[in-house]
Amino acid sequence: MKVAYWPGCVSRGFTPELHGSMAAVAPLLDIELVELDRACCTGAGVIAEHSQELADTLNARTFALAQAVQDADLMMNICSTCQGAQSESQERLDANSDYRTHVNGTLAGEGLSYEKGLTNKNFLWLLVEEIGLENLKAKVKRPLTNLKVGPFYGCYIVRPTDRLGIDDEHPRDHYLHWVIEALGGTVIDYAGIHKCCGFPIITMNKDASLTQAGRHLSDAQDAEADCLVVPCPLCHLNLDLQQPLAKKAVGRDDLSMPVLHLPQLVGLALGLEPKQLGMSKHVVKPTAVIDWSSAVVGAPAPA
Amino acid sequence: MAEYTLKLRRYDPQSGEAPYYEEFQIDLEPHRSVLEAILQVKAEQDGSVGIRCSCRAAICGSCGVRINGKAGLACHTHLDHAAKTGVNADGKTILVEPMGNMPVIKDLIVDMDAVHWKKIQRVTPWLINKQPVPEREYIVPHENMVDVTQTMACIQCGACVSDCLSMEVDPLFVGPAASAKAYRFVGDPRDAEQFERLKDLAEDPHGIYDCTHCFNCIEACPKGVAPMNQIMRLRRIAGNDHHIVDRNNGERHERAFVSLIRDYGLLHEAELLPRSYGGDSWFGKFHPAAGQELLDSLPVLVRGIARGKFAPKKAIFGHRIASADLKAVKAIYDKVEGKPRRYELNLYISGYEDDDAPGAAEEPATVAAGGDGMPSAPGPDPNRPTAASESESA
Repeated sequence: MKVAYWPGCVSRGFTPELHGSMAAVAPLLDIELVELDRACCTGAGVIAEHSQELADTLNARTFALAQAVQDADLMMNICSTCQGAQSESQERLDANSDYRTHVNGTLAGEGLSYEKGLTNKNFLWLLVEEIGLENLKAKVKRPLTNLKVGPFYGCYIVRPTDRLGIDDEHPRDHYLHWVIEALGGTVIDYAGIHKCCGFPIITMNKDASLTQAGRHLSDAQDAEADCLVVPCPLCHLNLDLQQPLAKKAVGRDDLSMPVLHLPQLVGLALGLEPKQLGMSKHVVKPTAVIDWSSAVVGAPAPA
Repeated sequence: MAEYTLKLRRYDPQSGEAPYYEEFQIDLEPHRSVLEAILQVKAEQDGSVGIRCSCRAAICGSCGVRINGKAGLACHTHLDHAAKTGVNADGKTILVEPMGNMPVIKDLIVDMDAVHWKKIQRVTPWLINKQPVPEREYIVPHENMVDVTQTMACIQCGACVSDCLSMEVDPLFVGPAASAKAYRFVGDPRDAEQFERLKDLAEDPHGIYDCTHCFNCIEACPKGVAPMNQIMRLRRIAGNDHHIVDRNNGERHERAFVSLIRDYGLLHEAELLPRSYGGDSWFGKFHPAAGQELLDSLPVLVRGIARGKFAPKKAIFGHRIASADLKAVKAIYDKVEGKPRRYELNLYISGYEDDDAPGAAEEPATVAAGGDGMPSAPGPDPNRPTAASESESA
């Protein structure tokens, strides 16, 4: 399938391994990525905090660019925070035609216009709803047997449920669990699964922010997870890049929890090598912590 | 009738025993409430179960509990719904626990006075009259009062406080319910102390900038108050209208973020950090507050560079979108930011257009109509004319 692909800022900035691993995994899943390289930041909730209209207009521009991609099935992102910020703007734009007309008026100078009803899915949703778990399972070359994975969703992709289309038919707050299982891994249940990584307040209340990250890492480690998997690069910053400080914040010297981006976990099961997926770029190197010989059985099966 | 297993968390601090879980089998129709199930257990199986309740109709706010890990009103949750929500749901078992972030008095009863009511009191939850007080009633524009009705819908059940993830790590955080209450008066045109209220909450290290934007309070609230949205409105009025530069970096962080996207199109992470501490310019990093933070973060940055996470050049200069697109982004900024008033669409008030409903198109779903028929943000008072005062004079 062909998707208008919004990679976000951080996946091309401080977590380049996310963008890189997505690009490596896409062809294996028959996803053609048309990168929206003309679009700007979603505002991550901060621009909306400053001015809703500004955030909505910037996002409407991105939506319009996505709708201009020929034959694209939908728009896809790889960042929970982008999904949340875009869904918030889209909710307002779709709910009120006067508002939409007004915002489109601002975009008119560039010849762009957003038409109600864009489908915008995080890679996680796309995996389950478009590619399908059975299809995904069939593509697995190296099942993640014995790998104990703690899902960490990030707030923006699970709340508010009505805005994000989470209901009985679309239990999107369960999808990470399902994907881990489809890849052959074992889901680890721990307290932090649907909690906040603390990133948004890292500059405002650093102690509280790092304590949040430290607690979730500790809970996962105490539940004997080998690693966490996140669909959000901002969670990754607080859980991985800041892990040495988070350890101190909760007084846990023994903490050492690798945090994988979702495309990395998928890529691993589809037979790619850790290095190809940029796993050596993490602060907590997954290769240093996970015993790959027992956790991920052998080399990938021959094609 | 259907059978359910009610799994209750039992705890009596005076007994000296640790908390434990106890299961009860109940037989009730699926549309009956979790509260009815608890009361059935209490009446027929174990009279010692502690639960606080009164109206049984989701209006008194007494029966806040955690059902399958999420806060809500026991009387407002159907058994069939409760049995199938939660990651470990089996369609039969319903886990009921006391609300979080507050001490347990007994079983499902928490001490609201110790946490919730203290925080409500902290935000001066009453109107401070503008002087002179009119001889008769205040004449208040309808739109302004409609704007605060969302926060007035709060029934003080404490569900948002229970699930607040900031409060979980910082118990001193003023929290969602009290912040929503603060907006109730900040948004009220009769109140004389909008600036003082905002200054107080912005400067408090556990005030409005301590919210981690996790949406849990929005999800927990049974009345649609959306406390987090009210916190964002408090920040918006504090920073944009009153220019309150707080000691918590809240306003600086927001301003730095907004202007970095204007200048780069994409987030420049390495600039955001020092500017949030030292101020929104390239020189922000030389401010003493930024210097200290950079020094603290140095090991993190060095580690990132050593791992090949980011190239030094990228860390310093950031990344940008193409110049033509950056120009378009700036044009949007100029147009939107150049307006005298902010436009703000509150869907709680305006509702959602239903395309299929007849006549939907003829009724634009806006309430606080401004000059060009757009919904308008509550502004500062009395520095700028509000949408409502304009429409009155029109």
